[in-house]
Amino acid sequence: MKHSPGTLLLRWSGRILVAAILLFVLLPGVVVAISAFNDRAILQFPPQSWSLRWFYRVFSYSDFAKGFWNGLTVTIWASSIAVVVGSAFAFAIHRYKFALRDFLEGILLSPLIIPHYTIGLGVLILASQTGVGRGFPLVIFAHVVMVLPFVMRSTYISLENLDTRLELAASSLGATPLRIMFTVTIPRLIPGLLSGWLFAAILSFNEFTATLFVSSQATQTLPVAMYNYVREFADPTLAALSVIYIVVTATLLTIANSFLGLGKILNVDAH
Amino acid sequence: MNTRPFLGWFVSPAGLVAVGLIAAMLAVFQYSVRAYVPGSLEVGGFTWANFEAMLRPLYALAFWNTVLLCFETAVFTLLLAYPLAYALTRTTSSALRSFILIVSVTPLFLGEVVRTYSWMIVLGNNGFLNSLLLKTGLIERPLQMMFTPGGVVAALVHVTMPIMVIMLAAALSHIDRNYEKAAESLGAGPIRIFMTITLPLSMPGIVAGFSTAFAWTFSAFATPQLIGGGRVATVSTLIYQLGFSSFNFPFAASLSIIGLALSLAVIALLKKAASPLERMAGTT
Repeated sequence: MKHSPGTLLLRWSGRILVAAILLFVLLPGVVVAISAFNDRAILQFPPQSWSLRWFYRVFSYSDFAKGFWNGLTVTIWASSIAVVVGSAFAFAIHRYKFALRDFLEGILLSPLIIPHYTIGLGVLILASQTGVGRGFPLVIFAHVVMVLPFVMRSTYISLENLDTRLELAASSLGATPLRIMFTVTIPRLIPGLLSGWLFAAILSFNEFTATLFVSSQATQTLPVAMYNYVREFADPTLAALSVIYIVVTATLLTIANSFLGLGKILNVDAH
Repeated sequence: MNTRPFLGWFVSPAGLVAVGLIAAMLAVFQYSVRAYVPGSLEVGGFTWANFEAMLRPLYALAFWNTVLLCFETAVFTLLLAYPLAYALTRTTSSALRSFILIVSVTPLFLGEVVRTYSWMIVLGNNGFLNSLLLKTGLIERPLQMMFTPGGVVAALVHVTMPIMVIMLAAALSHIDRNYEKAAESLGAGPIRIFMTITLPLSMPGIVAGFSTAFAWTFSAFATPQLIGGGRVATVSTLIYQLGFSSFNFPFAASLSIIGLALSLAVIALLKKAASPLERMAGTT
């Protein structure tokens, strides 16, 4: 097919525009990577000498290690609870009509638009009124509330794509509802449940604003420890940690993309 | 026979979480109308004083600044995210598709702190941009970009981009390409096809993306706090300051209630303003 010069010009300016926007998205990551290897404690471009000492400091600074393990505890509990609670509820709203169905759905989806500081403040006040301490259960509860909408959505989409005739077939052959659930429905929902869990886990591990309100010195997660570090020190340790963060996240996403199809999870694939 | 097996088992845990969430929100409401007792974590009796205090210029200005900041961020995010989403859904190369997807989505999973920190290095007085501009001789003294609303918006746009790209790409990928092909075969140029078919049909995605960007920015705390450095007051930074520096939780609670109401009102307004456009596109 032949294109007029105008169309070609349009096409190339479109490509340059997209490249420029990708550069804007990538820029901070590249800049952080450069400064992470800067030997001096003061920011400098281009760095005069290079070193790995900020990476060593990441691993020797105890607040980061503690924040990492705290974050992992919170994340694993919160996303697992959210997957069980959220997908069971998504199943119920997909299949049944019951009292308060829309009300409950609205309440549980509301954390998508309620600012996280309001959620954090609310959970904190509630804890002080009921005498619950600022321990892990409090942080985990706040995280469950915030990741639940994403889990519900991912299970609901999987249920939409599920062929219910298989369940009918199992039922007509005499299987009990419990047996159908565990041998037909749940096995076929596994990819949706897994991607929901992964999405919830990543969001929970990185949640910052509400966690800042509800965590204490003993339960602070990695993002909170990082925030406290930025406010106290100006050296490139955080740049080194950011590089580790970016590399791990991009690797996980590339794996998720090749195994699960990120486009499908995010619903951006053409039909 | 029970036609709704497991209903109770499946709904009650979610019900419990909902009860907890409602209780937390009620706690905020209840605190917002209680008196602040300086130097104590206990609250006093019923009062409207917190809401009256918000009419003072300092707080009214913070609300206005926040709305303005969110609006600017959402507009710039939309303008930058649309070409990316378009390229993502229209490219025929699967390698390029994966590349755009990974590059535009990774930041979503990095969290606000990492992304904000990287912008501090980009915008700082001896940061990347200033060094580059000084070296090339374009400027003689470092530009002040940290602690300015412009710097905060740049970082917020970067923070909000991924979710906007995802929502726009979802809308763009569901457009039936036959409409565009039909227009092309009837002789319409690419610009005309885009303006009369693609853009109107992607309107639901634009509205959803814009309101989500707005809500996220309203909720952002690390970015205005660290890049604004206390010189760009937003609702979120005020709430944190009131809660954790002066322990005035009743006032922090009333601020966050007005903040919540304001962001809900703006989102509702956006949806309303956009509905004639969506009707035009024949999607409602």
